Amino acid sequence: MTDNILQVRGLKKTYGGEKKKGVKGLTPKLDVLRGIDIDIRRGDVICLVGPSGCGKSTFLRCLNRLEIPTEGTVTFEGEEVNDKDIDRIRRKMGMVFQHFNLFPHMTVKQNLCMAPVLLKLKTQEEAEKRADELLARVGLSEKADVYPNSLSGGQKQRIAIARALAMDPDVILFDEPTSALDPEMVGEVLELMKQLAKDGMTMVVVTHEMGFAREVASRVIFIDEGKIQEDEPPQEFFTNPRHPRLKAFLSKLL
Amino acid sequence: MQDLWQNLVKQFTATFITEQRYMLFLNGLKTTLTITFCAALLGIVLGFLIAYCRTTYERTLRRGPLLKFLNFLCNVYLTVIRGTPTMIQVLIMYFVIFGSVKIDKVPVAVLAFGMNSGAYVAEIFRGGIMSIDYGQMEAARSLGLNYTQATWRVILPQTIKNVFPSLGNELIVLLKETSISGYIALQDLTKAGDIVRSRTYSAFFPYISVAAIYLVLVLILEKILGNIEGRLAASDR
Repeated sequence: MTDNILQVRGLKKTYGGEKKKGVKGLTPKLDVLRGIDIDIRRGDVICLVGPSGCGKSTFLRCLNRLEIPTEGTVTFEGEEVNDKDIDRIRRKMGMVFQHFNLFPHMTVKQNLCMAPVLLKLKTQEEAEKRADELLARVGLSEKADVYPNSLSGGQKQRIAIARALAMDPDVILFDEPTSALDPEMVGEVLELMKQLAKDGMTMVVVTHEMGFAREVASRVIFIDEGKIQEDEPPQEFFTNPRHPRLKAFLSKLL
Repeated sequence: MQDLWQNLVKQFTATFITEQRYMLFLNGLKTTLTITFCAALLGIVLGFLIAYCRTTYERTLRRGPLLKFLNFLCNVYLTVIRGTPTMIQVLIMYFVIFGSVKIDKVPVAVLAFGMNSGAYVAEIFRGGIMSIDYGQMEAARSLGLNYTQATWRVILPQTIKNVFPSLGNELIVLLKETSISGYIALQDLTKAGDIVRSRTYSAFFPYISVAAIYLVLVLILEKILGNIEGRLAASDR
């Protein structure tokens, strides 16, 4: 309990079943998550894998309430995640998106400084100093004053990671961070994530990069039919899969 | 040839010089510009508020009663304003709403045209806000910004750039639409041309002149808008 950074109990998410403009009756119901329990410890690097549409991303987005769970609780650092405190909790829970979502009207440095300064966590000078450090860390110091549109996909994602780090989060959620990248740019982003893991950052990663999962993860989790089917260290996960769906899933990858 | 030239000079003199009629045009121009810019300002403020209210309604899951009421009010407003002719709105504003009070006509026209323009600007803004990828909102929220902060720091700056061409278009439409203010006996540019025609009994020169003045105004507007648009596009390069 003490070192659990995230605790999830009975998490369920159902889409649909509501009235919608232009649709007759209720929209069709879809149970995406059917009861997920998991404890994530400080320093864990958790990779979530599974077939498309199995609910990996939905689960990740439930953690910081970008999706509102239908049932169940998420506890972050001993505090239940609810609507009232969500903005404060999100400061400590970074997120990296598949499509980067950098702010195109701000320079790279402004992207990094905006939130900490606006939320009065840092002064402008402190934020800029931290931004310079982070840009150096992701190897993009020379891009500080350009706009995101002039960057390559891999550079954008590295900036997005730096933006999440600028808030000094306790955990970072990665939602398929390399899926929108050209193959040759995947490496630079994974390398950076590897560095983060080595530095002890707690990470929850939805990914299709099995090589990354095998090498970096402390636990690999297989989600199917809205439930956690397997939760093992990578060695065990890849060499000795127990669940038949996981066996089929892994065999299709090779 | 000589005749034609002399005729033109005579017409020009009758239209602009005699009885200092150029003053009519100048004052009319001043009135037209005053109404246009004040109404545009009012329209932008009104349109922005309506769009903000409507998009907030559309993007909020748990809607409070105040938000529901405001959204309902905005929808009624849009339906009424967009569903009736501008000219009728101007006439109602002057002869019905302000019918029993003695009031300067220019503010009445500003109010009528501003309220009319606001409905169209609201839809321009709403389209602009909805066109911003929702991932932008999610990224801002995931950094701990609340809805209002995310909207003002991330969504709206991008919206302004997107809606600017349409807003410019609305301004040009508005400039020309004010030509109906003559119906509440307001001496705008069009009315000035009309008065001169009634004095000289010649329609050609006064009306062509008025048309040319409008055209020049629009050309100037286009130039200014184009310049600002270029500056707004700085982050696209």
